[in-house]
Amino acid sequence: MSFAVLLTVKVLAVLGLMLGGALVVIYAELKVGAHMQNRIGPYFAGGRFGWAQPFADALKFMQKEDLVPDGADDRVYKLAPYVVLMGTIGVFVVLPLSPRFVARDLDLGAFYALAISSLTTLGVLMAGWSSNNKYSLIGGLRAAAQLIAYELPLVLAVVAVAIQAGTLSISGIIEAQAAPAFSIGELNVALPYILTGQIIGFAIFVVASLAELSRIPFDMPIAESELTMGFVTEYSSIRFAMFFLAEYAGMVSMSALATAFYLGGYQLPGLSATAVEVLGPVIFISKVFLLSFLFIWLRWTLPRFREDQLQSLAWRWLIPAALLNIAITATFKVVF
Amino acid sequence: MSFGDWIGQLENWIFAILAVGTLSGAFLVVHSRNVIHSALGLVLTLGSSAGLFLMLGAEFVAWTLVMVYIGAVIVLFLFGIMITRAPLGYESDLSHPMSVKVTAAIVSGSMFALIGWAFLDAFGSVEFPVAEGPTRTADIGISMFTNYVIPFEVMSFLLLAALVGGIVLARQDPEEVDE
Repeated sequence: MSFAVLLTVKVLAVLGLMLGGALVVIYAELKVGAHMQNRIGPYFAGGRFGWAQPFADALKFMQKEDLVPDGADDRVYKLAPYVVLMGTIGVFVVLPLSPRFVARDLDLGAFYALAISSLTTLGVLMAGWSSNNKYSLIGGLRAAAQLIAYELPLVLAVVAVAIQAGTLSISGIIEAQAAPAFSIGELNVALPYILTGQIIGFAIFVVASLAELSRIPFDMPIAESELTMGFVTEYSSIRFAMFFLAEYAGMVSMSALATAFYLGGYQLPGLSATAVEVLGPVIFISKVFLLSFLFIWLRWTLPRFREDQLQSLAWRWLIPAALLNIAITATFKVVF
Repeated sequence: MSFGDWIGQLENWIFAILAVGTLSGAFLVVHSRNVIHSALGLVLTLGSSAGLFLMLGAEFVAWTLVMVYIGAVIVLFLFGIMITRAPLGYESDLSHPMSVKVTAAIVSGSMFALIGWAFLDAFGSVEFPVAEGPTRTADIGISMFTNYVIPFEVMSFLLLAALVGGIVLARQDPEEVDE
C-alpha cells in the first residue's frame, strides 16, 4: 500500500475512533445520568432508547448561528476550539487497540500523549481571554490553574508506570504487563499493573484525569451556578460542539491511557497471544467504556469541590503521593 | 542542487512551511501590539521548531519542547498576563520610539551574526550523518546517566536552587504580613 493511501486510512481510523468513542460516551452520559436520577433520559430520537440523541444534538449545533461577541478578539476566539480539539485528537494516534491495530506506535508514546494533551490548556486560556466576558476570563484562569496543578500528578503517576515497564512506548507498557507476575508450578500468571504495585498510581491517575477533563467533582472552571458556563459561555453552534466533543473525546482518551497503563490494555489474564490478536480491540474498548462509566458515575454522585480544596488536594496530597509512588516503584525495580 | 530539484522534494516543502511558521511567529512576538498575541506568536515559533526537530528525527527533543514550553511555560506566561492585565485590542504604550527599535535591531542582529559565525566556524565543513529513523529515547537516557551525569546533576542542583530562591522571594510569613 502506498504511503498516501496508508496515511488516509490511518487518519480516518483515528477520526472514526475519536468520534465513535465520543458519541457513545455522550449517549451513555445522557442515559446513565438519567437512570441514576430516576429519569428515563433520551427516549424518542431514533425510535428505540433514543439512540440517535447524540446525532440529533450534533445536527442541532450545526444549524445554529456561529456568533462572535462584540469586542471579542476575532482570530483567537475562532482558533481556540481547534487548539482544544487538536490536543484531544493527538492522543488517539498512539492508542494501540491490539498488537497490530495502532496508527503509530511511537517509541515515546506515553510522553507524546501527555505532551500533546497539554495543548488543551492553551486552547482553554485562549477561549477564556478572547471572549470579552468576565465569566469566560475567570473560567479560563480557573481552568488553567487547575490543569497546571493536576498535570503534575498525572505525569508523575505515568513516570512510575514507565519505570516499572522500562519503556515509554504504550505498546511496550502493555506488553510488559503480559510478562508473568508469578508462577504456580507450570502456570505463569500475568497481571495488569493495577494489581502488581500501581494501585496508588492508578488512583492518582484517575483523580488527576478527572480534574484534567474539568468534570465534576472538579468542574470549578465551568461552575454554572457562578460562572454561567466558564470559558465556553460565549461559544455557540459548531464551535461550542467542538468544545463539547473535546470534553467527551478527552474522556475516552484518558480512559484509554489509564487502560493501557494500568489495566493491561488489550491483554486479558489467561488469554493466549493469538486470541489477543483477534479479540484485542474488543477487550481494549470494553475496558475504556468501563472506565468512562466510572467517570460518569462519579459525576452524577459527587458534589463540586471548592477552589481551595481542589488546589490543596493536588499540591498537598496527590503530588507527594505520586513522588512517593515513584520512589517505591524505583526501589522495587532495583531490588527485585 | 538546483532550485528545481530542491522544490521537487516533499520534505523541503515541509521544511519551508515550518521555517515560515517559525519566522512569522517570531516576528509576531516582537511586532504585535497586544501582549497575548505576542505570547501566541511564541507558541507558533516553538511549535514550528518542534516540527523542525521532528524532521531531524529528534523526537524526544521535539515533544519536550511541546510539553515544557507550550504546555507549561507559555501557559504560565498567559496565566500571569491574564491575571494581572490583558486588555483586548491593541495598546499604544507597547510601542517604543524609533531610537530604541534601531538599537534593539542592531543588538539582536549582531547577536545573530555572532552565533551564526560561531556555528559556521565550528561545524561549517563537518558533515553529520543523518540517523536512520528517530533517535531512541532509551539511548538518550543512557548517555545522560553515563557520559553526561555530572552536567545533569549540576543542572538539577541549579534548578533546585532556583526553586528554593523563588519560594524565599515570593513567600511572606504570616508575622511579617501583620506588621
